[in-house]
Amino acid sequence: MGSVQSYFNNLRGKEKKQEEERHVRANDRAFNLSYNYANNAIRTSKYNIFTFLPLNLFEQFRRLANAYFLFLLLLQLIPQISSLSWFTTAVPLVMVLAMTAVKDANDDINRHKSDRQVNNRMVSVLIDGELKNEKWMNVQVGDIIKLESNQFVTADLLLLSSSEPLNLVYVETAELDGETNLKVKQALTLTGEMEDSIETLSNFKGEVRCEPPNNRLDKFKGTLTVNGQNYGLDNDKILLRGCTLRNTEWCFGLVIFGGPDTKLMQNSGKTKFKRTNIDHLMNVLVLWIFGFLFTMCFILAIGNAIWEVKEGSVFTVFLPRDQGVNAALSSFLSFWSYVIVLNAVVPISLYVSVEIIRLGNSYFINWDRKMYYPKNDTPAQARTTTLNEELGQIKYIFSDKTGTLTQNIMTFNKCSINGKNYGDLYDFSGHRVEITEKTQKVDFSWNKLADPKFAFHDYSLLETVREGNPEAQAFFRLLALCHTVMPEEKKEGELNYQAQSPDEGALVTAARNFGFVFRSRTPETITIMEMGEKVTYELLAVLDFNNVRKRMSVIVRHPNGKMTLYCKGADTIIYERLDRSCKKLMKVTTDHLNEYAGDGLRTLVLAHKHLEENYMEEWTQRHHEASTALEGREERLDQLYEEIEKDLILLGATAVEDKLQDGVPQTIEQLANADIKLWVLTGDKQETAENIGYSCNMLREDMKEVFIVAAHTAEEVKQELQYARRMMCPESAEQPSVKKCRAGLFWLQKMETVQDEKVEGDYGLIINGHSLAYALEKDLELELLRTACMCQTVICCRVTPLQKAQVVELVKKYKQAITLAIGDGANDVSMIKAAHIGVGISGQEGMQAVLSSDFSFAQFRYLQRLLLVHGRWSYIRMCKFLQYFFYKNFTFTFMHFWYAFFCGFSAQTVYDEWFITLYNLVYTSLPILSLSLFDQDVNDRWSFQYPQLYCPGQLNMYFSKKAFVWCMLHSCYSSLVLFFIPWGAIQDTVRDDGRDIADYQSFASLAQTCLLVVVSAQLCLDTYYWTTVNHFFVWGSLAAYFAITFTMYSNGMFLIFTSIFPFIGTARNSLNQPNAWLTMFLTSLLCVLPVVALRFILMQIRPTINDRVRYKMQKDTLPAPPPRRPVRRVSTRRSGYAFSHSQGYGALVTSERFLFKRPIKSRLAFSVQPDGPLARNLPQVFRPIAEELHESQSSKS
Amino acid sequence: MLASSYKDEDGHISVSGSGAAAAAGGGSLRNKKPENTAFKQQRLPAWQPILTAGTVLPAFFIIGLIFIPIGIGLYVTSNNIKEIEIDYTGVDMSSPCFNCSQNFSWNSTKSCTCSIPFQLDQPYESNVFMYYGLSNFYQNHRRYVKSRDDSQLNGNEESLRSPSKECEPYARHDNKPIAPCGAIANSMFNGTTKPVNWRRPVYELDSDPNNNGFINEDFIVWMRTAALPTFRKLYRIIQRRNNLLPTLPRGNYTLEVVYNYPVRSFEGRKRMILSTISWMGGKNPFLGIAYITVGSICFLLGIVLLIIHHKYGNRNNGADVSH
Repeated sequence: MGSVQSYFNNLRGKEKKQEEERHVRANDRAFNLSYNYANNAIRTSKYNIFTFLPLNLFEQFRRLANAYFLFLLLLQLIPQISSLSWFTTAVPLVMVLAMTAVKDANDDINRHKSDRQVNNRMVSVLIDGELKNEKWMNVQVGDIIKLESNQFVTADLLLLSSSEPLNLVYVETAELDGETNLKVKQALTLTGEMEDSIETLSNFKGEVRCEPPNNRLDKFKGTLTVNGQNYGLDNDKILLRGCTLRNTEWCFGLVIFGGPDTKLMQNSGKTKFKRTNIDHLMNVLVLWIFGFLFTMCFILAIGNAIWEVKEGSVFTVFLPRDQGVNAALSSFLSFWSYVIVLNAVVPISLYVSVEIIRLGNSYFINWDRKMYYPKNDTPAQARTTTLNEELGQIKYIFSDKTGTLTQNIMTFNKCSINGKNYGDLYDFSGHRVEITEKTQKVDFSWNKLADPKFAFHDYSLLETVREGNPEAQAFFRLLALCHTVMPEEKKEGELNYQAQSPDEGALVTAARNFGFVFRSRTPETITIMEMGEKVTYELLAVLDFNNVRKRMSVIVRHPNGKMTLYCKGADTIIYERLDRSCKKLMKVTTDHLNEYAGDGLRTLVLAHKHLEENYMEEWTQRHHEASTALEGREERLDQLYEEIEKDLILLGATAVEDKLQDGVPQTIEQLANADIKLWVLTGDKQETAENIGYSCNMLREDMKEVFIVAAHTAEEVKQELQYARRMMCPESAEQPSVKKCRAGLFWLQKMETVQDEKVEGDYGLIINGHSLAYALEKDLELELLRTACMCQTVICCRVTPLQKAQVVELVKKYKQAITLAIGDGANDVSMIKAAHIGVGISGQEGMQAVLSSDFSFAQFRYLQRLLLVHGRWSYIRMCKFLQYFFYKNFTFTFMHFWYAFFCGFSAQTVYDEWFITLYNLVYTSLPILSLSLFDQDVNDRWSFQYPQLYCPGQLNMYFSKKAFVWCMLHSCYSSLVLFFIPWGAIQDTVRDDGRDIADYQSFASLAQTCLLVVVSAQLCLDTYYWTTVNHFFVWGSLAAYFAITFTMYSNGMFLIFTSIFPFIGTARNSLNQPNAWLTMFLTSLLCVLPVVALRFILMQIRPTINDRVRYKMQKDTLPAPPPRRPVRRVSTRRSGYAFSHSQGYGALVTSERFLFKRPIKSRLAFSVQPDGPLARNLPQVFRPIAEELHESQSSKS
Repeated sequence: MLASSYKDEDGHISVSGSGAAAAAGGGSLRNKKPENTAFKQQRLPAWQPILTAGTVLPAFFIIGLIFIPIGIGLYVTSNNIKEIEIDYTGVDMSSPCFNCSQNFSWNSTKSCTCSIPFQLDQPYESNVFMYYGLSNFYQNHRRYVKSRDDSQLNGNEESLRSPSKECEPYARHDNKPIAPCGAIANSMFNGTTKPVNWRRPVYELDSDPNNNGFINEDFIVWMRTAALPTFRKLYRIIQRRNNLLPTLPRGNYTLEVVYNYPVRSFEGRKRMILSTISWMGGKNPFLGIAYITVGSICFLLGIVLLIIHHKYGNRNNGADVSH
């Protein structure tokens, strides 16, 4: 009952005029109820027990095919028209409706379950001055509720007070936007003072006026009125439903939006329904079929008119006309009669079968062990089950970098200290050994503060450090001192680093494990444990990183008074500032750097310098002056930095690996072989992206050129793009060749396609976000598209989520190609939704990408299996299914057309009505279903061996309008054979006992048997992969046909249902004749042989790649995959330095606002001032700040 | 801790461990690893035939070689059947039945008779079957086909009293139910008819009680509607009496026709056929000719394919698949 009520409430709600302002009074249910605000119950289910049948039927009949069949059913009730018994249409229609209804009901039951689960969660609500446990659904707007740590936020709340200092609470918004870092919310001081005093809270009479419910997650506007005083409310004071409370003992909140009004529910609304290419094609074809059907009926109606005039009018002696029926009316009636008879061309079971096939193929994806990732127990998942065959047609892949191509783990991999290289392992013969997970790791157990997750394999480095090598110690001391990492030590010895960039985290962690443990910092000091000995350095200055300086330095004073400048930065920058004495060392280090670059590692060069006391004093003085100067502060500081950072002594270099996921380069190579273009769209900076491009083989040394577009005006961008294009293809036309055409259901849709242009050689293109913003403008987008499509590899860096989606849309719009987007984070959501197919990398912490994706799995490398195996199979299966399905239905129907010429266009059927009823449903459904679930042209291993097998799908080769027309011609031929061979054979024929069997019933049973044998034979010909299931269904269906036919034509059935089964004895009388079997044999051979001959000839003259591989598969065994060896590329390219992207934390670290000095009551290592830079700029865990979703709009400028 | 390692498809060594899974699952042992069954992994053993020259070419030749003899056999059998067809519609002025066909009227009580002489050139051995044939008679018209009541024919009393609506307009006559009802029964080809057009009631169809009423053989034969507008139906069998003598020896015969079934209005034709039969039924050369033709085409196609295979096949199939 409840849901009925809420259903009507919803109806009423729609009539209610748009809410303009929300007005809530705390602790006053009566007042709030007067506004009829929704309570906190949610309902995502569509139906309940009573509404299910009518609503579901209504929805189903909105589908064209179903509505059409209902119309047919009504037509059949008119006796003058009814050419078939009602059950021929009703049985399939009911079956189809029932199947869909069962599926919908199942879905809805699941929704009900999850609704109920969510609605029945318990929360403490303040009612009548005491806290009571209430179900979520009973929470009303205006209630004050108490949340505890790790609880889900019940509704959209105004935060009143919390257990934490400064009335802060920490929430995780993973469910809302996928970001896993904690966010800080702060209550008003006024309300915060109430703390957890139940009495004060229940007497709280604040009134909130705020915006009506909406879906903006990052904005809130309202006022709180307490005792006549107004206080502004913004997003910082609002806890949204869907968040989780973390690190906060308790908090109180006032419910402002409940249930359907919450921002979470307002956001989870209509997801755009994706349809595949084949879906669109199918719609067009069904329309064609309708046209075709009516043309046929029209021709037959005219035939009927002619017959009625010429023959019918004189035949009235034996066949009188119904009253008032003349030739014209008869022709009109026969038109509709033929609409009924020929209805099989409009395939009612098509949509249902297609759904079943897609569902089956989705299950195969879910079940695939080779896409299961054991490390975090994540199987692949087809979240949308209606897009499978499109996986076999992908032309463009748009990939995120961080977390998708890379693991988002930085590891300190190698280093060069004082000209000696550490990190590689060699075997006895001096060859480099590949480091795998099984390689023995260096044992750091001597160091109690070591990070257990850190892995390093070269023992010699540790030995060197422990031996007390001064350079090595200085090296790690530098790493422990020169950074902006924040330590967090919740328990003694349990260190946790909060790093702005993962690279920095990796370096500091490396220093920690090698005995230089960064322990804590204050604005003035840094404390580290140097080989177990606690040393507190005085931090004199932080010369922070920025994009121009490309380096960072700290100046510290050792307790013994020695002052040192430690500097790390990009190699080119540091090399310019080295002391001349380092020449020799520089050379060796450069060799090492090149080596690291060849391995795709991110490098930094480290240097230090001792400072004289008096120079430092003077410098500090000038530094102070400069930093307080009102004019030209930046320049003066830069100058000072420049002055002190020179004559540095080189210590060595670090190499950090931005760890690629397993198998990424191989996967990319495979996809490239399959002629799929991969574009990387990343929020990372150019160097990083470029670096990854090289390390995963997208960019290669042997590429003719890698163009970099990084301009700042539209004109420059245009020039650079044109320059690149002319370099690649000098003869290319200035204007892109755009092919315009119309498509869609009624040719209403205009399409523009930019033609591909051929380019000699491989090129790469790197474009940054700024340039991309210009390039995506209306007048430049075609230029961008042309240039980008000429390149083998395209990398877009520093792009915002919005731009990601724009790039996808651009390709979708002008290339008419199927696109796939793959990503893992909230910033990829827009792109995942924009592409034809979205893939989410699951198993990471954020779920947003997965939730909006169509397919999800844990590792990028599974993409090749998803596309090259599952996608390809699904596509082939679907195409085979459609071809066969249309073939069998057309052949079936065309027979009626031919028979019309022999039965006075009277809409007499060729077959028994029962055969018509069961043909699609029983006799021919299962064999094709098993084919389209199990068929494989070649198995998965061969699919990987020959990725080119994927290409036909991209070109729509297996099913298109052309293929459909072929299919019709084929059916036309088959039906001619099927009709006229039995026709000829049965002319004046008698049995071997002299009785005539040229009667209608014998002819019908002969024709239908021939038809079934022929379509089964055609199916056998189309089946490439004969499993036992296929055998069972093919032979089983034929056997079932004979069994059912003999049963229905038996005496018993006739005696029980005389008028329903009139074909008494027909089967046994006609099918025991050699004539009948000879006819069947002849028709099936005549139908099958031309197909075989044609296929054979095509295979001989123009073999497709499939033919070749299948042929090869029969002859050879699969070659074993080549063993993997570590490859080292010779590279002259210097890799990107391992710094993050934006201004460092230097200012923050040294700032007065940094809160270490303040006594705090919480257990947190550091706290945050709510409006301070840290709260705003708190690093997302290993995610560049610029990628945040809500900044997408602003960063376009 | 590491339980096993397996070789991945693309050559990676992936390490799976219960420890790792347990760590990820927060200690609980949920394992979502899909089952390793041939069905779920799509590795069901299967037969994968492909079209190769080795299978296609022999198939064509063999089919050709089988079809031609069958065709010849069928053709010869069909040709050996003796059959004579006599059109007695009386369209021609010269036909003896011309007068009867001209003067036909449903109401005349006097039957018109005509006799047609014919000659058998060969003796008809074994049983001889006598058929009547009608042309341009649309027994397969939808409205005609459905105009019957099987329940009534099956002897259902209820249906006898009130025939099915399908029988209209031959369901009732003068407020009395018609039995047998419907257009098929109404138009029964016979010298003697009753329902509206019939001159005798159904129970007087034959004097033999075993061949009367609804189970009268002529009636049954007629009620089995023909598939095509030109058809023949069995009328009588001339049994062979004596093993030594042919059933119908060579000589001159006369066909006596009681002319009372009008077909000229719709340009129909009436025929009388005398025929012997064989193991494959009556005379119909169609299948024989079709088999010979298809067999020959197969054979020729086989040769064409062989040539094509020699010209192109070696080049393509031998070539390696390029990467």
